[in-house]
Amino acid sequence: MSTLKILVVDDEEGIRSGIRRILKNYTVGYPFMDEDFSFEVFEAATGEEALDIITGSEVDIILLDNKLPGIQGIDVLNHINEKGYDTAVMMITSYASLELAVKATTSGAHSFMPKPFTPEELRASVENITKHLFLRRMTRKMKQEGREIRFQFLSVLSHELKSPLNAIEGYLKIMQDEQVGDKIADYKNMIDRSLERIKGMRTLIMDLLDMTKIESGKKTKELKKIDLSQAIRISADTFEPIAIQKNVKIHLDLPDNIIYFCDPDEMEIIFNNLISNAIKYNVEGGEVFVTAKPEENGFKVMVEDTGIGISEEDKEKLFKEFVRIKNNRTKDITGSGLGLSIVKQLVDSYEGEVKVNSKLDEGSCFLVTLPYQKNL
Amino acid sequence: MKSLEEKRNIMIIDDDPDYLSQLRFYVENMGFNVLSANNQKDGEELIDRSKPDLAIVDLMMENKDSGFILSYKLKKKYPEVPVIIATAVTAETGMMFGLETEEEKSWIKADMYLEKGIRPDQLHREINRLLKL
Repeated sequence: MSTLKILVVDDEEGIRSGIRRILKNYTVGYPFMDEDFSFEVFEAATGEEALDIITGSEVDIILLDNKLPGIQGIDVLNHINEKGYDTAVMMITSYASLELAVKATTSGAHSFMPKPFTPEELRASVENITKHLFLRRMTRKMKQEGREIRFQFLSVLSHELKSPLNAIEGYLKIMQDEQVGDKIADYKNMIDRSLERIKGMRTLIMDLLDMTKIESGKKTKELKKIDLSQAIRISADTFEPIAIQKNVKIHLDLPDNIIYFCDPDEMEIIFNNLISNAIKYNVEGGEVFVTAKPEENGFKVMVEDTGIGISEEDKEKLFKEFVRIKNNRTKDITGSGLGLSIVKQLVDSYEGEVKVNSKLDEGSCFLVTLPYQKNL
Repeated sequence: MKSLEEKRNIMIIDDDPDYLSQLRFYVENMGFNVLSANNQKDGEELIDRSKPDLAIVDLMMENKDSGFILSYKLKKKYPEVPVIIATAVTAETGMMFGLETEEEKSWIKADMYLEKGIRPDQLHREINRLLKL
């Protein structure tokens, strides 16, 4: 049970004590709230007195009469708006000044309640305004948490971007001072490593661009009918040179003409990531099998490899941003740690599913299910 | 020239292979012996196995706070061994070290934070200072 502070601002003593009585043992609860709210009532007979209380302590809800002896209710409301207090205001007003009450709601009061009111009417109004306040606070909190996640992402990102720069800078300084010899050949390993780090950074930047596209993408998904088999074939061809270097053989088992309504760029990102991973995390002389099958509600695409595999523990974090499985088997493989998180985001955006089966030293199998899009 | 036995041991734990090899290069040139590990887990094993005269640990490895954990373990086992936490993430990126509560301050007892990008002269000075050479 948590307690909300309600301030009743009315020059009629009877109204104030009446409200206090009505709300005394009243609680508000909703199925989606963890706890019920009860109310602690404070009273103010004038607008000036109300401002003192509001300034001195955090008031959650204000029941505000407009017609007051000194400054008017609407002045109190304006003050609250100016200061940006996290307070919900309900105007109490007689029928004669309904027009004013409407004006008050447009200038920031949550609602108004005509006088006279029954206890039931008061309770219903308080229930309403409590719900409103609760939702407003929840929304604000969630926005803040969103910012928090963003912030963490940026700090990891800056780490990932700076590390290769530091590495390359370090090698260049050793070369600049000719610390290990005066022939270019003495620095071959450092040059190779620098080029490798540049390659890694380029991958990261490309993946980031993909990710930005997805995040800003909801509006820009360009849906077209495409042949999924053809899209997979193009991806496989793109990575053929890398497969040849690693002596990895790619096998495709794709039916003709499987038509899917989707954004072709997004499919390309999905297949490129899965197929390039299957090659990168494979063993010398290994194999990659890519299979696509129509299903009742869509398509299933399977990318299987005979590579190093993923441990149970690592599987859980595989689809998170910037997660790279680091061990002796993966230490020479470059990657941004974003690829699979991008794949997951994209597949999710089609209401599909991506799953992984894997055994260490035997290989991994990524299974993507893509349901037909409803607007086809 | 000191004999191998007399050389001080510097432990370097970093998951960036290039940073590790550059650091090793400079530290060995300064006349120290290097013990190294390239992830937090191996680092923990290395700490169990051997006592260095000084340790330089990376902050973000498998975990974002790997360096703090290793620093804690080092200090617990060898309270007198100085620890340097090296990181590419600094205040300028907005990342705080999480040293907010007194409790955190009491157990993350790194002797120094080193911003990545090696400045060999500075590093040498700091190592000498911490080893009281």
